[in-house]
Amino acid sequence: MQRTVSRLMLGLVLVCTLSAPAGLAQAPPAAGAGPDVQARIATLEQQVSDARHAGDNAWMLVCAALVLMMTGPGLALFYGGLVRKKNVLATMMQSFILMAVVTVLWAFFGYSLVFHEGNRLIGGLGYLFLHGVGAAPDPDYAGTIPQQTFMVYQLMFAIITPALITGAFAERMKFKAMLLFMVLWSIIVYDPMAHMVWGKGGLLNASLGGAIPTLDFAGGTVVHVTSGVSALVCALYLGKRLGFPKEPIPPHSVVLSVIGACLLWVGWFGFNAGSALAAGSLATSAFVATHFGAAAAALGWSAAEWFSNGKASVLGAISGAVAGLVAITPAAGFVGPMSALAIGAIAGVVCYLMVTRVKSKFGYDDSLDAFGVHGAGGSLGAVLTGVFAAQAINPILKNAQGAATAVGLVDGHPGQVLNQLVGVAIAWVLAVVGTLVILKVVDWTVGLRVSEEQEVQGLDLSQHGEEGYNLEV
Amino acid sequence: MKKIEAIVQPSRFDAVKSALQEVGVEGMTVSEVRGHGRQKGHTEVYRGSEYTVDLLPKIKVEMVVPDARATSAVQAILRAAKTGKIGDGKIFVTTVDEAIRIRNEDRGETAL
Repeated sequence: MQRTVSRLMLGLVLVCTLSAPAGLAQAPPAAGAGPDVQARIATLEQQVSDARHAGDNAWMLVCAALVLMMTGPGLALFYGGLVRKKNVLATMMQSFILMAVVTVLWAFFGYSLVFHEGNRLIGGLGYLFLHGVGAAPDPDYAGTIPQQTFMVYQLMFAIITPALITGAFAERMKFKAMLLFMVLWSIIVYDPMAHMVWGKGGLLNASLGGAIPTLDFAGGTVVHVTSGVSALVCALYLGKRLGFPKEPIPPHSVVLSVIGACLLWVGWFGFNAGSALAAGSLATSAFVATHFGAAAAALGWSAAEWFSNGKASVLGAISGAVAGLVAITPAAGFVGPMSALAIGAIAGVVCYLMVTRVKSKFGYDDSLDAFGVHGAGGSLGAVLTGVFAAQAINPILKNAQGAATAVGLVDGHPGQVLNQLVGVAIAWVLAVVGTLVILKVVDWTVGLRVSEEQEVQGLDLSQHGEEGYNLEV
Repeated sequence: MKKIEAIVQPSRFDAVKSALQEVGVEGMTVSEVRGHGRQKGHTEVYRGSEYTVDLLPKIKVEMVVPDARATSAVQAILRAAKTGKIGDGKIFVTTVDEAIRIRNEDRGETAL
């Protein structure tokens, strides 16, 4: 009965919709006045443009929310599950508090330092306190969305990047040291690197007049290489956790990490597909590449682990997926699905070897493998972007006449691989030097590590006065 | 009076409990414990770091029974807990000097 009624309603709606345009078409042309038609066309064009803008804006706001979800709860759960239970809250807090800290920095000057016109290395101060960042789009970056949407979308990247580093110094850093470190790191490492790659006139910007056009669709160098390499520097400078590697320090809940990794995977669609900055077919292409890269890497890591260890672990599968997402990030908007599978598979195996073989060979305590996954995966992905980027997917490189030219090595443009290497090298140098200076400053002022007693007690109690699990209450 | 202390596989605990009830053992104290005898533990690998877990979860069942019932209780535990594999656990039997019910200060076997 209900079904019949709803069918009737549907039919009625269809008839109305179909008859409406016919009705409209009959009246006005007879009048035939030129200016009237002109005005109607202008109105129509305005409406089409408004609709396009509304569509793009809706997509970009959702993407901004998705990228925030990667930090909290995504990364907070992923990292929180990997530490011992006495450090779960402190580890989650390190991600969570950055959602607040970086937002304030971004509002005051961060956005300006990255996206206002400046020199090749750092942006200007014209957007200080978000002055002039409003509803009008900035066509150099994204011509169909309010600049304020672009600003808040980019903010979410500035939040997750330092949060990734926290995996390297987990379970042993003072909370106030971590806060000071992150404020300085955002200014000294993130803002210049993001300006160089994405800002107007930045040294590495591929589409806005960079001297060394480097392809970085969604932040392989800006986000993952800088954070991953800084993570390695932190791990080396702070030293190992007490007992590492002799005493067992197993994850207290791989369950939390699985949930976190799945949220990261979903959020990454906002990160990569959103980097198209519009809801068009390029976003679809990046979405597909992102998903395929993650899938292939989960299989690559699992296969490598199964082969060398006899078992495919759950932690391995989710770590592989994250490694694949990292590696596909710079390439997402430049490669097709098959290239994405290849990039993912390579990243899964390489990152597996990084966190198992390389880490144990050198003995550094990159506690949650921020370097092994983000530093290594990000560098690898950036270089592979130069190999697999295809003009057919995204004709970003143009010659003097404005005609599209070959993009990656597969197109017959080997020079791009070189450019990618230069971009990666600059990110490494900036991350190493910047992080070392910041660590020295923080070490001299507030001190980096908690006392041995506090480390044994756990950071939840010693830094925050709480416990994650009061199960007997 | 005898005290019987049995350390059994967690998976066999329900069977042990019903077997004891069948032979008339009315009270018991149960705890979740960890330990190992000859059974080796297992290894866990997290991102290439290998950990040996040698303390394995077991269930410890304790009860005090009249002398006359000790043998049948031990037999019941053996029947229910034995899988024939390493790690099945142990039973210890000791003599108990005194038992006192706190509520009414009954003493000896009447207190059980």
